[in-house]
Amino acid sequence: MTLASPSDFQTSPQSSPDQGGPRGLQPQGWLRYLSFSLDHKVIGLQYMVCGFLFYFLGGALAGVIRTELASPISDFVSRETYNEVLTLHGTVMIFLWIVPVVNGAFGNYLIPFYVGARDMAFPRLNAVAFWLIPPAGILLISSYFIKGGSAQSGWTAYPPLSLTTPALGQVIWILSVLLLGGSSIFGGINFIATILKLRRPGLKMMQLPMYCWAMLGTSILVVLSTPVLAGTLILLSFDIIAHTGFFNPALGGNVVVYQHLFWFYSHPAVYIMVLPAFGLVSEIIPIHARKPLFGYTTMVYSIIAIVVLGLVVWAHHMFTSGTPPWMRLFFTIATSFIAVPTGIKFFNWLATLWQGKIALNSAMLFACAFIVNFVFGGITGVALAQVPFDIHVHDTYFVVGHFHYIVYGGTVFIIFSAVYHWYPKFTGRMLDEHLGRLHFVLTFIGFNLCFAPQHWLGLNGMPRRVAEYDPSFTTLNQVSSVGALLMAVSTLPFLINVVVSAFRGEVAGDNPWKALTPEWLTSSPPPVENWIGEAPLVTHPYGYGTPADRLDLQLVTAEQIWNDPKP
Amino acid sequence: MTCDQQRPVPIPSALITLLLGMALVLAGLWVGYNVSLLPIDASSNAPVYDALFKVLFSIGSILFIGIVGLLIFSLVRFRRRRGDSSDGAAIEGNLPLEIVWTAIPAVVVLFVGIYSYDIYERMGGMTPLNDHSAMHSSQPVGEHHHHDDAPGQKQAIMASSTSAPAIAADQEPGRVWGGIGVNSPQAQTLTVDVTAMQFAFIFHYPEGNIITGELHIPADRPVSLHMEARDVIHAFWVPQFRLKQDVIPGQPTQLSFTATRPGTYPIICAELCGPYHGGMRSSVVVHESADFDAWLSKNTPPAPATVASSVSNPTA
Ligand code: HEM
Ligand SMILES: [Cu+2]
Ligand SMILES: [Cu+2]
Repeated sequence: MTLASPSDFQTSPQSSPDQGGPRGLQPQGWLRYLSFSLDHKVIGLQYMVCGFLFYFLGGALAGVIRTELASPISDFVSRETYNEVLTLHGTVMIFLWIVPVVNGAFGNYLIPFYVGARDMAFPRLNAVAFWLIPPAGILLISSYFIKGGSAQSGWTAYPPLSLTTPALGQVIWILSVLLLGGSSIFGGINFIATILKLRRPGLKMMQLPMYCWAMLGTSILVVLSTPVLAGTLILLSFDIIAHTGFFNPALGGNVVVYQHLFWFYSHPAVYIMVLPAFGLVSEIIPIHARKPLFGYTTMVYSIIAIVVLGLVVWAHHMFTSGTPPWMRLFFTIATSFIAVPTGIKFFNWLATLWQGKIALNSAMLFACAFIVNFVFGGITGVALAQVPFDIHVHDTYFVVGHFHYIVYGGTVFIIFSAVYHWYPKFTGRMLDEHLGRLHFVLTFIGFNLCFAPQHWLGLNGMPRRVAEYDPSFTTLNQVSSVGALLMAVSTLPFLINVVVSAFRGEVAGDNPWKALTPEWLTSSPPPVENWIGEAPLVTHPYGYGTPADRLDLQLVTAEQIWNDPKP
Repeated sequence: MTCDQQRPVPIPSALITLLLGMALVLAGLWVGYNVSLLPIDASSNAPVYDALFKVLFSIGSILFIGIVGLLIFSLVRFRRRRGDSSDGAAIEGNLPLEIVWTAIPAVVVLFVGIYSYDIYERMGGMTPLNDHSAMHSSQPVGEHHHHDDAPGQKQAIMASSTSAPAIAADQEPGRVWGGIGVNSPQAQTLTVDVTAMQFAFIFHYPEGNIITGELHIPADRPVSLHMEARDVIHAFWVPQFRLKQDVIPGQPTQLSFTATRPGTYPIICAELCGPYHGGMRSSVVVHESADFDAWLSKNTPPAPATVASSVSNPTA
């Protein structure tokens, strides 16, 4: 293996990065973000911007839901519309926002850097995977305007309800989820291939930044479980279109089978939504705490354990569906045990902070709030895994509270943290810290106001997915709606920040955080194909603190960083 | 990275740690046992549930307060001071520590699992849902004699000495689906047929041939609901009973419980079933035993007279 000379690692491009090379024929400038670009960084940002657009749409839909629930009677939208909005909200947030952004956006942007590659393993497949998303999203949204409206059976689409609601909307929903699932599988295959096969010579698996391991685990889940969802939904569409009876009890079908198949994908799906966030936070915390990631090896093993256990816990969503006692017991135990590897990760992050030099900037604030929120959601999760506990609160607002603490308080907080962290790399400019902290404070307060009261509501008798409720629950629902409003307001400073800083932000330089992971060891924004010259060999992505002469990255020559003489 | 420069993690002196830990446990227990988040308990199932809830709430509070406390402490204590651009200690791991915090969640989860299994048994959740015992009730469901156990167990383990009401035998023998607290039908059990449909629950009392939209039951007598869904999935939920059971089309489902506290409680459909799902609510009225008999005889249709006095009527 030949190592390039230090001068090859110069980070500022000598010529325009967009010229020449095999990609020379591709559009330049901002136009490439609308093109079928094969550059993983362009695709990553395409995922990101597209994801945020859908996030704002999903947020507006959430606004409709919280407005309706500000009063106990159904008075804002019709009941049918309410169910359409509810279904769209869930589907958009899961399939068009969280999954594409934590996997597609950050995965595509970061993984090639982390493995020392110039692009993903299959750049064309990568572009195809992204370009499936906008049409699928538009298809889904347009179904709202057709006769009969969009799907009304929730993001779970349980038959027989999904067989009896307006058929066209449901079929379009299935089609769009199939497209999104396909996109997700293409992405997953690509990540697995890139991580396993495109590693720079000399780079060992156990030297990869943690996000690679998280994405490897996630992608395995994607590839194993998404096809099951696809098959299930195809059968469901046969039931709707061709009146087959797979899940139609009137024709001898069985609806519980659908639930098993659906959750065989959809529980792993929750890990598809959080494992990448676990990976991102493992990158962010060490850099801003100036300490190595604590317990790298146990972190890797706990990801593997989560992947394995995550595949065998799905029936905890079906404790009230008349599953046999042994099955309830098995899934209780399996689900509870996921808390062990998850707990290890949290203790390791806390240990990473311990004795650090913590910069409490916007990225770090969101990352630490993630710990708080996720621990809360994890505790309610372990409680929910206990059959006797779950019987009472299943399908109530308690569950709504639980999974928003996980998905919003966990993953969305990390997405924000990651944007503050990597924006300088994406654009070459810093985000404004004051606006960032304002964004954080509003989001954190709004989030807790919105979702904490829902636990009480669920325990005391408010079921989920309702447009009307017992008037005794009015006050807390209004608190929750105010929280939602605050969350909506909180996105304003964020938006302003992101747009204004792109033009006026302080120039970041290549490595504003003095980080050691490879994406920071090139220019900001990086050139096409990531490095002028050969990719660096980063064997200690978390080597903060030792030895002393390496602390000031400005003084470090590439040779010192890459060729650690010590084992 | 090399480990030669590792300094030990400064753990506060053992005494302070111990005191803090004890305070934490006490605080968690206090929260768990004093903050009441649940509605009133009105079935034999509910106190058992609430005991589990308190334990989970206490453990959860201990963990949450402890972890958040540690986090906030670290953020304050180890914040980067102005002008300091050095790195933190180069500590990459500590095997004994990592073993400890693998063990902590493992032990907690194991304890919670075993405890909730016990609760589940006491609620009758492990009663085998044997179709034949339920349908023909020829074989006893259980032979335990833990009379000192929680009341919830009683109805679950009472062996059926008499034959099942005809209503059960009339159905096709096959699998019966059930929730927690399932028992086999027996003489003193009040059986009610429940039909769930968009968007109402209909209750039929074979004993008296009454049809109502509101469930009336006696306190302290086992009730067995034989539930069926007409169109889509619904779920029968009474928060004050801490019981919920999906009612799935094509699956005759049973739910058994004993109400303990007279009063009126909501029955809520908990599974999305269409536009009026949120309006699919009813009530269960728990009567004192004598009141219930009065209600039953008052509402029993007068003719044919024989039906009213017969114990069961298979025609629904
Ligand atoms: C600490 C680990 C976790 C445990 C033990 C856990 C446990 C559970 C259980 C038992 C339920 C079923 C509750 C019910 O419907 O009655 C549930 C629901 C749910 N969880 Fe979690 N969970 C955990 C983490 C997550 C994660 C990481 C996510 C997603 C990012 C998540 C998202 C959800 C969602 C979306 C639901 C509701 C699904 C539905 O019914 O529509 N959970 N969780
Ligand atoms: Cu799950
Ligand atoms: Cu219903």
